[in-house]
Amino acid sequence: MQSILKLCPRSCIPLIARLKHTLPDLPYDYNALEPVISGEIMKLHHQKHHATYVNNLNAAEEKYKDAQAKNDLSTLIHLQPSLRFNGGGHINHAIFWQILCPKQGGNQPSGELSEAITRDFGSLDKMIQQLSNASVGIQGSGWGWLGLNKQENKLQIATCANQDPLQATTGLIPLFGIDVWEHAYYLQYKNVRADYVKNIFNIANWKRVEENYQKAKQN
Amino acid sequence: MLSRQPIFSIEAVTKLDCISSISRLKHTLPDLPYDYNALEPVISGEIMKLHHQKHHATYVNNLNVAEEKYKDAQAQNDLNTMIHLQPALRFNGGGHINHAIFWKVLCPKEGGNQPAGELLELIKRDFGSFDKMVQQLSNASVGIQGSGWGWLGFNKQENKLQIATCANQDPLQATTGSFNKNIRIKLQNIYRRLFRLGLTPLFGIDVWEHAYYLQYKNVRADYVKNIFNITNWKKVEENYQKAKQGQ
Repeated sequence: MQSILKLCPRSCIPLIARLKHTLPDLPYDYNALEPVISGEIMKLHHQKHHATYVNNLNAAEEKYKDAQAKNDLSTLIHLQPSLRFNGGGHINHAIFWQILCPKQGGNQPSGELSEAITRDFGSLDKMIQQLSNASVGIQGSGWGWLGLNKQENKLQIATCANQDPLQATTGLIPLFGIDVWEHAYYLQYKNVRADYVKNIFNIANWKRVEENYQKAKQN
Repeated sequence: MLSRQPIFSIEAVTKLDCISSISRLKHTLPDLPYDYNALEPVISGEIMKLHHQKHHATYVNNLNVAEEKYKDAQAQNDLNTMIHLQPALRFNGGGHINHAIFWKVLCPKEGGNQPAGELLELIKRDFGSFDKMVQQLSNASVGIQGSGWGWLGFNKQENKLQIATCANQDPLQATTGSFNKNIRIKLQNIYRRLFRLGLTPLFGIDVWEHAYYLQYKNVRADYVKNIFNITNWKKVEENYQKAKQGQ
């Protein structure tokens, strides 16, 4: 879809086609996050799970537009869970791929983000401890997040159930997140979610998290 | 069997009078009625072993811990802590209840295995046909957003079978009931009429990813389709008979 859009002048694309969501490419190869996350998991996670959220989101949005055209409030409400679930799934995973990167030695947050972490948690280690505990403790499927509370100008840790998107459901702006759905780690870590969560900090793209923080502060 | 269970099992305590009352009430991990690989090729031995020895065992252990803390809080009239512990009791209690049922409603694959007798009549009456019931239960189970369970349950008040889904480890009977304020209260029936328990679980499908992912990856639909090949319909019929009698 993206290549088609690049070739044609925008006026040629029907309105609905222009608004379809697309599966973003990963910024690295499927096996680039090994040994923390296996290539097998990355491929399934991207090509199956995220792709399904994108496809189902597009389908739900089509139906939503049809229902809007008919003023069919019942259908609009009926479609909400699907939009929330698939929309959230797309938002969450699009963020996730960006805040991970191949393992780098000595990779840590720096600059303003590092200061904010120290100010709001006491130290990087304490923030990691809190985020880890929160993520491991999710009952069922969900995400653990480091987010920015813009009103109070402070970093906060939060968890969301299933694919509920952080900003829509809590107001926090997502900076770094950990997918703890079993599909994110089970093939490699089995039931030991704690090991996956511990290891994921070795592939955190702190530069990207810092960028997220800067953008969040400005918006 | 005794040697594989912790000493404080209900079975053991009949022989050991010195065990304290709290120890007597600990939950224990039930054995599977079959070997870990007995459900192949539908569910791999690897999945069954992890599912039983890790996931179910963890619910049992965490349930016991939560219940101990709850008893302590009760002794201190610490309502805050009691409420704080509710999610842990719900999650781990539900996890134990659900999995204890699950192991029993599955059995090694038998050719031509289908419900019979009263249960089959009821399925036909309430769904139109056995295939339609399977279709509805499959769709409901595949469609769960996140982790949860699909259930064929018995609605005792209305004497009918129903399909329902529960999120995470929410137990079916506890979470599908209702509190009815509008009914006439008879003194001797006060408890039974005010607090109506929900559907009685007859057959359930665990659709948490740990139940199938190692084998089926993201294709939950294939796992759900195949699980009907290892359904222990005799046990499901027994569940129905007990449910009718109010057990």
